[in-house]
Amino acid sequence: MAVHNYIRQRFFPHLWCPGCGHGTILNNMLRAVDELGISKNDLVMVSGIGCSSRISGYVDFHSLHTIHGRALAYATGVKMSQPRLNVLIPMGDGDALAIGGNHFIHACRRNMDLTAIIMNNRIYGMTGGQFSPLSGEGILCTTAPQLTIDRSFDTVELALASGASFVARTTSFHVREITKLIARAIQHKGFSVVEILSQCPTHFGRKNKLGDASNMLEFFKKNTTPFGSKAKQDNPELIERGIFRELDIPDYCADYERTIQKAQKGKSS
Amino acid sequence: MTQDIKFIQGNEVCVEAALYAGLDFFAGYPITPSSEIAEHMAVRLPGIGGKFLQMEDEISSICAITGASLTGHKAMTATSGPGFSLMQEALGYAIMTEIPCVITNVQRGGPSTGLPTHGSQGDVNQARWGTHGDHAIIALTASNHQDLFQITVEAFNLAETYRTPVILLLDEMLGHMREKLIIPKVDEIPVVKRLRTAVPDGVDFHPYLPREDGRLPMSDFGDKHRYNVTGLYHDMWGFPTSDPQVIHGLIHHLMDKIENRVEQLTRYKEYFLEDAEVILISYGSSARSALHIVKNRRKRGERLGLLELQTLWPFPAGLVRRKTRQADFVAVVEMNMGQIVDEVKKVVDQHKRVFLVNRVDGGFITPENIKDMIRLIQGRGV
Ligand SMILES: Cc1ncc(C[n+]2csc(CCOP(=O)(O)OP(=O)(O)O)c2C)c(N)n1
Ligand code: SF4
Repeated sequence: MAVHNYIRQRFFPHLWCPGCGHGTILNNMLRAVDELGISKNDLVMVSGIGCSSRISGYVDFHSLHTIHGRALAYATGVKMSQPRLNVLIPMGDGDALAIGGNHFIHACRRNMDLTAIIMNNRIYGMTGGQFSPLSGEGILCTTAPQLTIDRSFDTVELALASGASFVARTTSFHVREITKLIARAIQHKGFSVVEILSQCPTHFGRKNKLGDASNMLEFFKKNTTPFGSKAKQDNPELIERGIFRELDIPDYCADYERTIQKAQKGKSS
Repeated sequence: MTQDIKFIQGNEVCVEAALYAGLDFFAGYPITPSSEIAEHMAVRLPGIGGKFLQMEDEISSICAITGASLTGHKAMTATSGPGFSLMQEALGYAIMTEIPCVITNVQRGGPSTGLPTHGSQGDVNQARWGTHGDHAIIALTASNHQDLFQITVEAFNLAETYRTPVILLLDEMLGHMREKLIIPKVDEIPVVKRLRTAVPDGVDFHPYLPREDGRLPMSDFGDKHRYNVTGLYHDMWGFPTSDPQVIHGLIHHLMDKIENRVEQLTRYKEYFLEDAEVILISYGSSARSALHIVKNRRKRGERLGLLELQTLWPFPAGLVRRKTRQADFVAVVEMNMGQIVDEVKKVVDQHKRVFLVNRVDGGFITPENIKDMIRLIQGRGV
């Protein structure tokens, strides 16, 4: 099937700016779904609020566009109540890690079989370019006219430390990698985190003199390297891409099934 | 047939009634004085194949039950003041997206951490107005275990019937008090099932198009109809819109489905109202003391009556107006600084006839407290 078969045509045109990385991620996410041959009826997309979160309206799945930061909490209810469903949760960096940070670490720890996709553009796009916990120091934005002094999270380290059983990272430049990693993440039984560095030319690029979208993509190409590569040893500044963890441990719903069995055995004896 | 009689806490009554109503999903975060609801759910749910989740906070708890309801499950969360405050944004989301669920608030003294182990009825207005924006809400309460069972089942029934969150307001006294409960037999209290669409696969399904009777059939997430759910103003497909006509239609629909059905939604009990000169209006555990003093004074020939409200929101204005018409004065008995009394004043012809009889020091309002205040109102001295 072609990608457009997964799209709600009546929902277009989309609201993203020209050059925004979010559309590229949508495109390659749908390719992953297509590759896996998952039926549209078996897929639920849950999102919060932000430019990135608008993705859920554009896809022809069961789609739940919720409130800022809480997508993982809604997704937890959907999955726990109907474990056969595949649940994809695209989130912005502010959505996932500022207001939603607590839900994020607990979702990692709980290891429910959900696929979290963090579209990290290091800025609050939807509200007009305020800094996010992923902006890092020295960034010009509307709420830091003298440059940011807040230090940032490293999404991958946070996910690893919180216990996510699948953790990966790529960028909106590495489109085939997006498809590959999202497909692997969906297949993974347990909580998966895929961080995708994305560009917001409108608020991040323009203000920080990073050029247009193509310059920002160029940056992703030049400043990233596959996980474990020699290039990283030579230049520690490089950002690593790839799969950082893929652990086969029981997911929450499987454990809960055993809890049910235990409770029911206790009852009959 | 033998009766199934129990001697249990109000919080446990709420659990048993929720299960009777068909609940099979609960998510919550511990907080006094509601924690026993979560604890009993954790005991009861796995045994019947239901799901129990202890979440990281109250926000995620209400989000989780909303998600579970969308896949077709009857779901509830339970909390107390501080947790109820955290839930307000997501409560508005459930209202806007018309997802049935029940939120139990076992009230304690506020504001802030307040009085964790003491009862209060201070969250009545929060239940009405806690979430932002114009909206309508259903909030129910009860004063004894038998009624609490019935009202809890009704909370689920109304949530399903009107596709809306329903707030069940308990208080610490009721939640922790133990008294007799006769578990109703199967089918003794009607249980409303989820209304699912009959639209076949492949035919356009409108999740937000009300039928002629005003009800909106649902389709389970994961079933054959794929649709969008959003907290933005949306059209009949669930797609975001800024079309003024559609926005106008949706806000009126959300208000009207509740505000235009006050009579159907009103649950109440009345005692000695026919000839009452002094009418007490009360609800929840305070109504126990109010009833006690009414019965006690009747024995002495004093014409007291009690109107016990079980539906607090939408406020049963017509009922209160009708029932209080002939009274010399009306005393609203509640454990707060006067929340329902304001509603009563709005609807009684002469609001100067309406008085507040309250207690807010953490202690339970006693029949003696009420008697003393009524004597003061009557100018008889204590
Ligand atoms: C409770 C709450 N607080 C604040 C907002 C305003 N708000 C909407 S989107 C957003 C941040 C968006 O940034 P991000 O999550 O990084 O996504 P992006 O738009 O960059 O894709 C904020 C702060 C909101 N909708 N709700
Ligand atoms: S503001 Fe930024 S994140 Fe939002 S659509 Fe435009 S480019 Fe994308």
